[in-house]
Amino acid sequence: MASSSTAALPSSSAADAVAKLTAASAETENETEPAAAAEAEAEAEAYERTHVHGVYEAIAPHFSATRYKPWPAVAAFLRSQAGGAVGFDVGCGNGKYLGVNPDVFMVGSDRSASLVALARRRWKELQNRQATADASGTGGEASGAAVTTDAMVADGLSLPFREHAADFVICVAVIHHMSTRARRQDAIRQLLRCVKIGEAGQAGGQALVYVWALEQGSSRRGWDEGGEQDLLVPWVLKSQQKQQKSRKGAKGEGTGDANAADKSGEAPPTPAAAGASEAAVAPSHTDPVFQRYYHLYRKGELEEDVLAAGGVVVSSGYERDNWWVVAANGLFPHDRR
Amino acid sequence: MKVLTLNFLTCAVKSCKSSSDSFPLHPKDAELVSDDVNLNPQLLVNLLPRIDWNALRTTSTELGFPQLPEQPPSAEELEADEKMLKDLHTLLMETQINEGKLVCGHCGHEYAVREGIANFLLPSHLV
Repeated sequence: MASSSTAALPSSSAADAVAKLTAASAETENETEPAAAAEAEAEAEAYERTHVHGVYEAIAPHFSATRYKPWPAVAAFLRSQAGGAVGFDVGCGNGKYLGVNPDVFMVGSDRSASLVALARRRWKELQNRQATADASGTGGEASGAAVTTDAMVADGLSLPFREHAADFVICVAVIHHMSTRARRQDAIRQLLRCVKIGEAGQAGGQALVYVWALEQGSSRRGWDEGGEQDLLVPWVLKSQQKQQKSRKGAKGEGTGDANAADKSGEAPPTPAAAGASEAAVAPSHTDPVFQRYYHLYRKGELEEDVLAAGGVVVSSGYERDNWWVVAANGLFPHDRR
Repeated sequence: MKVLTLNFLTCAVKSCKSSSDSFPLHPKDAELVSDDVNLNPQLLVNLLPRIDWNALRTTSTELGFPQLPEQPPSAEELEADEKMLKDLHTLLMETQINEGKLVCGHCGHEYAVREGIANFLLPSHLV
C-alpha cells in the first residue's frame, strides 16, 4: 500500500542490509550446516522486527487513522465471494476489510498487537451500532446484516489457521515488508496453505495478494523501473493536533487520540487516503521519523514468487502503484511443507 | 475470540499441523462473555458445511455448553428450526473467550487470550 511519508529516498542502508541477509541465506543453502541457515533466518527476523514490526507498533494509531478506506479492487474481490464463505485477512492492520461483505465470515490476523486491538475496537463499535439501530428500529446505514468477524495476533510465516479450510484469503500490503525473497515466497506458501484445494467439479480457494510496485512512474515518490528495490521508507509521525489543523506546534508528542479521528471519519483528508502526510508540509524537526523496510516488486516478480511457492496464477495486474495477483493451489499442494 | 473462529484455528507450530491432536485447540481457564450480535440465519445456514462439526462438539462441551447432536443438521432442518438457529447463533457468533488460554493437544503450547484477542506469536525456539 502506498506510504504516508515525505518523498522516500532510496536508502543504501536497506539495500546493504538485504544484500547481507541474502548472501547469508545463499551461503547456507550450499552448506550442510542447518545452524547457519537458522542464524540467517534469525537475522532477517531481527531486521524486520526493527524495520517493520517495531515501526507499526509505534505508529499504529496514526497509521490506522490514514487507512480507513478499503481499496475498490479489494472490496470488489470480497463482495464477489459466495454467502457463507470463510476468509482470512493476513496482515489485516486496522481491519478495514473485515466488515466489507456482511454475508461472509472473515478472520483477520496481524503481527502488530496494537493494530489488532484497533481492528477489534472498530468492528465492535459497528456491531453495537447495528444492534442499537435494530433494537430502536431506526434502520439506516448501520442496520442490516451483522458484522461477523474476528481478529488475532499472528505471524504471517507461522499462521494458526486450519489448513485448506478457507474459501479465500487476502494479503494486502504485507509481503513487501519481508526482507528476503525466500521469506516472501514462504509467506505466499502460507497463504496457499490456508485456502481450499480444488476438487473435481469444485474450484479451490483463492488468495489475493497486493504488493508495492517498483514501477511508480506516475507517483511523486520517484521510483521506477531499474531502481533500487530494497528501501527504507520514512513514516513521519506527525502530531495529531497538527494534522487537525490546530497550530499547536509539534511539541505534543505522540499521536493524540487516533480513535477520535477514526470516529469522526475526517482523519487525514486526502484523496487516496494513503498519501496523507505526503501532501502535508515537510516534517518539522521534532516529528519522530520511523524507517519502514519495503521490497518494491518489479513487473513479473510477484507471479514468479507465486510459482516458486507452488501456486498457480489465476489473474494478475497493476493498480495504483501496486502489483496484485490472485493465486490458487496447484495440482499437488500436499507436497508442500 | 468467537467460538466460530476457534473452529478454523490450529496450533501455529509447523510440526503440529500434521497431527490431528492440534485441532481444535482446547480452551483453558476461559472467561466467557456474550456479545449482542444480530441473527443472520442465511449466513449460519451457508456457514454450516464449512464448520468442522466434530471439533465444534468438542469445543462446545469443553466450554460447558449442552452437548451438540452427533450429526450436524441439514440446511433444511436448520432453516426450519428457529430454536436451533438461535442456539447455534449464540454459541458461534455471540459467545467469546475474553480471557484465558488456548492449548495445543499435540505440543502443549498455551496461547494467551487477553481482552478477547488471542496471541499466536511463537517464542523463537518453536518457530
